[in-house]
Formats: sequence, structure tokens, C-alpha cells
Amino acid sequence: MSTTTPNLPDFDLEPGALRHLAAAQMGVELDTGDMILNLGPQHPATHGTLRLVVRLDGERVISADPVIGYMHRGYEKLTEFRTYPQITTLINRIDWLSSFANEVPFIDAAEQLMGIEAPPRARYIRTILTELSRIATFVLFLGEMGLQVGALTPAFYGFRDREHVLNLIEAVTGGRFHPNFNRIGGLKDDLPWGWVNETRTVMGKILDACDTFEDLVAGNEIFEARTRSIGIIPPEIGAAYGVSGSNLRASGVDWDLRRDGKPYLAYPDIDFKVWTHTDGDSFARYWVRLQETRESARMVLQLLDQLPAGPIKAKVPRIIKVPEGEVWTETENPLGQMGYYVVSKGATGPFRVKIRSASFSNVSILPWLLRGLFVPDVVTVLASLYFILGDIDR
Amino acid sequence: MWTLGVDIGWGATLTIKTIVILAIVPMTALVFGYVFLLKMMSHMQSRLGAMDPGGFHGWFQLIGDGIKFIQKEDVYPEMADRRVFALAPVVVVISTFLTFLVIPAGPDIVVRNLDVGVFYALAVSSLSVVGVLMAGWASANKFSLLGALRAAAQLIAYELPLLLAVVGVVIQAGTMSLQGIVGAQASKGIFGWHGIGFPFALTQFVGFALFLVAAQAELTQTPFDMPVAESELVAGYMVEYTGFRFLFFFIGEFGTAFAFAAIAATLFLGGWSLPASWGIDPGVMRFLGPAVLFGKVMLVAFLMFWVRFTYPRLREDQLQALAWKILIPIGLVNILATAALKVAF
Repeated sequence: MSTTTPNLPDFDLEPGALRHLAAAQMGVELDTGDMILNLGPQHPATHGTLRLVVRLDGERVISADPVIGYMHRGYEKLTEFRTYPQITTLINRIDWLSSFANEVPFIDAAEQLMGIEAPPRARYIRTILTELSRIATFVLFLGEMGLQVGALTPAFYGFRDREHVLNLIEAVTGGRFHPNFNRIGGLKDDLPWGWVNETRTVMGKILDACDTFEDLVAGNEIFEARTRSIGIIPPEIGAAYGVSGSNLRASGVDWDLRRDGKPYLAYPDIDFKVWTHTDGDSFARYWVRLQETRESARMVLQLLDQLPAGPIKAKVPRIIKVPEGEVWTETENPLGQMGYYVVSKGATGPFRVKIRSASFSNVSILPWLLRGLFVPDVVTVLASLYFILGDIDR
Repeated sequence: MWTLGVDIGWGATLTIKTIVILAIVPMTALVFGYVFLLKMMSHMQSRLGAMDPGGFHGWFQLIGDGIKFIQKEDVYPEMADRRVFALAPVVVVISTFLTFLVIPAGPDIVVRNLDVGVFYALAVSSLSVVGVLMAGWASANKFSLLGALRAAAQLIAYELPLLLAVVGVVIQAGTMSLQGIVGAQASKGIFGWHGIGFPFALTQFVGFALFLVAAQAELTQTPFDMPVAESELVAGYMVEYTGFRFLFFFIGEFGTAFAFAAIAATLFLGGWSLPASWGIDPGVMRFLGPAVLFGKVMLVAFLMFWVRFTYPRLREDQLQALAWKILIPIGLVNILATAALKVAF
């Protein structure tokens, strides 16, 4: 089992940047009456069923405890009673905003155990669809973050742009949310006619939309006032809590599994930049995702140019039996590092699957992160961490 | 009495005026809700909004919503202070009704032309904070309580810039009566040129901007909508309200928005009047006046709602800092400058 770990950069906190922690401590010491506020399980800011038990002194958070499990569906156990091809249906529903990206590491694990390699065209199409689902997730975030800060309008723009991308995914896979398109050894179908050109047009639209978001949301003074130096994650603390993906890159950690991990899909074949930001605050997380959306759109254009011809499926036996063995695969999903530890005993289904999902670890930092902030900042920090409940509870 | 030259006595006049005000406040809320909340916001968000109810661009949607609200069960939260809970929306709506009393819509279309009209309007409009506090406290809900306390802090902070913004106009017009201020803008000219009268927005542009910002905070609209911040406090002090009590809050919100837009139009844009130099007969203005006022109100309201639908929300401490550190000093300087110029010219 090999897993990669990030190299941590030097990180200078501005003097007084963590002053709010002392203020929270003072509230405890002076013993002013505090109030326990339940944010969730039904609350607009927790988009799903996350529950935060927040102790408040006035509007200042003394402590915050995330309570998870309201949506636990037992996927790790369920996988033990399914065959490998059936499991993709389940894991589609872990991070439901980028379902396709969930399938990739699992299928990768099964292929590694069986010693099969997907043909190049299939790998490219998988990469394109993964990046498309990344875009679909992030444009929604770009609008959603505006909504949580109080601007209603960006959310609708986010949904509009997500719609373009979902249409593309639907055209290939037939499913908008849960494509279930990966097969062991390749893909179900080839790309439909005209899809490549259509995708090029849509990527242009996405790049335009990113400019709009940069001007209207990231460039807004109130937005900056609400997100700058709020919810700072120092790199070593973030890494210690297992925070990954854009959240960690926003703290200045130059670590992306697409580039630094074990090579997978078509990522070794293309050029892309890994964006980082030095601040580690909510604004940095927004900014990094904004740049990554652009980068993904450019990557899709690049992949379309290089798309090889050929078959989309390798030769696989009719009844899939995976030989005995254990394998760990991890990929850079939109929300962060996603991994599967698959143990096979030579049957049609796995013996045990451990799912490492990004949001679970990303949310685990909340008790540390939320201390001393105000209630409105709790909402912006939650939004900027960007978790999906299915990805926490599985 | 203005009833077309027929003297009908004070009792009948009072009745007519009451009925007109009772009808007008929900009407204004309806118009604002439809034009801005349903239509303008939708088009700014690249969607159409309600299109079906009523056949033409969903004009019936809000009326239908109102009918639905009235049919709803009258729900009290279990731990609520029932009497205060029931009274709170009424207090908010009463504040809205009272504000409408002094707004003139024509040469003699006004319920009461008070000599201290501006003062009165600002005073009664801040009554609503009492209703908001009552709602937040009586709901026995932590989100409501937070929202209500935010609202109280915010309305107190923004009462001051609102007042300071108006003082400049009062100094320039030399009267606190809203009719007097309208008259001053219609009859004066700009350095002897009487083409468009003399809307005070030209000289009191700082006051106008201050008034719009402070009114936005008084109305708890974005970027100052922390009391109802839906992503943080769900709906703030309104969380527990349903049915016709919620309808009251809705009418209060949009009715007050109309009242503030009307006060802004009256103070800074000349209100119901057209410039005196155009020579329109006062008899005609009786019928034209309300339309002119309505046009100007829609213009001001467009600005207010434009901001509401585009900006994110400030944090409570940032809002207080904005009021006390920026708006109030600007307001004071504006008064000083106005007074100095008034003496000079």
C-alpha cells in the first residue's frame, strides 16, 4: 500500500490573525452565559444533513462539534454483497455532484487486481468526463458560495453553467447525475457524433463564466470583506487533519494527486498547472477553485485535441472474477483525495472495501477552524470548505 | 376638502381616507413584490419567474399566494408567548400604515399634511423594530432571537444616518412639511433657469446616497439583511411565522419599502409635482400627481432592489462600523456644508 503525502511549505501567519481564538477563550474564562445553537441537520448552510452543535457567546463561537451520520447508507458494507460491475452504481452516489469521478478509482482498483489495462481512448474519455464532473462541481460551488455570503444571483448563474456541463455528460452516458458509465476494462459506449465540437463550445462558455465569477463575486468588496482572513487553515494543521484537494492547496501546499500521485488516466500526457494560494482563508479556497475550473476547461480542450482513436474496451471475461489480492488506489477528486482499499478473495465481489472520501476529512477540521468566529463566518467557512453530505456519510 | 369640491364633513372624509390607506398599503406591497421580487429579480438571474398564474406573466401569483396564506392553519410554536407572538406582525404593519399617512400624492391628496412630516415619517417607521423584537423574543427560537437582536442593533445604528441625510433637505427647503418640501422643489429654479424645477437630488446628492444606503439597512435588504439572513439564520425573526402572520410581515416589508422609496422621491426628486414652470393646472395635478409620484417611486425602488439582488451581505460588526465610522461622519459634514451654503446664498 503506497500513499503519497504532501510537502508542507513555510507559512507565515500575520500577527493577530488568530486573535479570535483568544477572544473565544476569554468568553469561556469570564463565564458569560452561553447558548447552544443547533445548526442543522436541516439548515440551509449545511446543504444536506450535517449537524453542527455550536456553543455561542453572543454571536461568537466557543466550540463547534459536527455531528455526522444522518445520511449514512452503509456503502462499505453493501459493496460486500454486490459484484464488481454492480458496485459502480453505489459509489456513484457518494459524492453526487461529481459521480463520474467516484467511479474512476474503484474501477482502477479492480483493473489493477485483474491485470487489465483500459485502451488509450477509454482512458482519455474517462479523463475528459472526470474533468467535466470537476467543472460541474466547481461552477456550482462558485455560485453557491455567493449564495452563502448572501448574494442570491450568482447561484443561478452557477446552476446555468452546471447545466451546460451536465448536458454534455448526459449526451455521453445517458445519466445526468449518476452516469454509471465505467466498465472494468473500458467504457460502456463511445462518444456520440458531434460531441467533441459541442464540448469545445461549452468549454468556451465555462471560461467566460469563470471571468464573470471573478469579476462579480471574487472582485466584490463585500465578498472580500466577508472571506479574507476568515477561517485560516495553516498547512501543517490542515495536513494533520487530513484535509486535501483544493482546501489544502489554498493553504499553499503544492500537492495534486493528478500530478504527484501514482500516474492514472491520461494525466501524465497533458500539461496543466496546479494552482495554490498562500493565504489559506475562505477567499483563497474560492480563488483556487475558480482557477481550477479554468484549468479543467483548458485540460478538456487539450484532451479533445489529443484524443486517440481505437477501441474503448479491453478484452474482459464475460463473468468478472477478480483474483485474490489487495490494492489501494487514490485519485484527485473535485472535493479532494478519494481512495479505495479493495480486498479481493477471488470471488465475483470484493471481500472488503474501505472508502476514503475527501469531505469526511475536510469536515473533521471544523471544531478547530470554527472556534472564535462569528455565526455569519461559520456559514462562509462551511461553504468554502465545500463538502457533500454523501461524501461525508457514505 | 378635496373631494371634487363637495363638502362631505370630517367623518366621511376620515372614513374614506382610512379605507384608501388600508387598500393602498397591501396594493403597494403587491406591486413591489410582483415587479421587483418576481420579475426583476428573475430576469437578473437569467430565468423568467412565475409565468402562468393569471395568464399574463404570472401577475396573479402573489394574489394567489396571499389567498393561500389566509387559508393556512394558525400555528403557534409550543413554547411561544402567544399574545406577543400574535401581536408582533400587527405592530410591524401598523408602523407601515402610519408612515403612509404623511406622504403626499397630489396638491391635496394626503391624509395629514403635518408641519413635522419628515420627522413623523422617520419616527413611526422605526416603530417596526419593536414588532421585530417582539417577534424574535416571543417565538422562543434561537434563530429568531439572534435575528431580532441583530435587527434591533441595526435599526438603531441606521436611524441616525437616515436622519442626518434628511436634515440637509430640511435646511435647504426651510420646512419639515413634506408638502412644503415638494413645493420648494417645484417652484425654485437652478440659477434662474426654471426648466426642471429644482430637485434636491442635485444639491443633496450626498444626502440622497446616504438616504438610500440607510433605507436599505432600515428595510433589512441585502447587503444589510442580517436579521433575516437565510443562509445563516434561516429567516431570522420570521422563522416561526406562517400563514397570514407571515403575510403581514411580507406586507410590512414591501409596504415599508414603498414608503421609503416614496419619501426619498418626495425629498430628493420633487415628489408628486412637476416643475411649476411647465404651467400644469393644479386641478390636473390632482389626477396626474399620483402617477408622477408612482413613476419616481419606481425609479428609486429600482435602485434599491438592484442592490438587493446583486450584492452579498455584510457581517454585523462590519455593518456597525460602516454606520458609525463612515455614514454618520459623512452625514455631519453634509449638514455643515449645506448650512454654510444656505447662509452664503
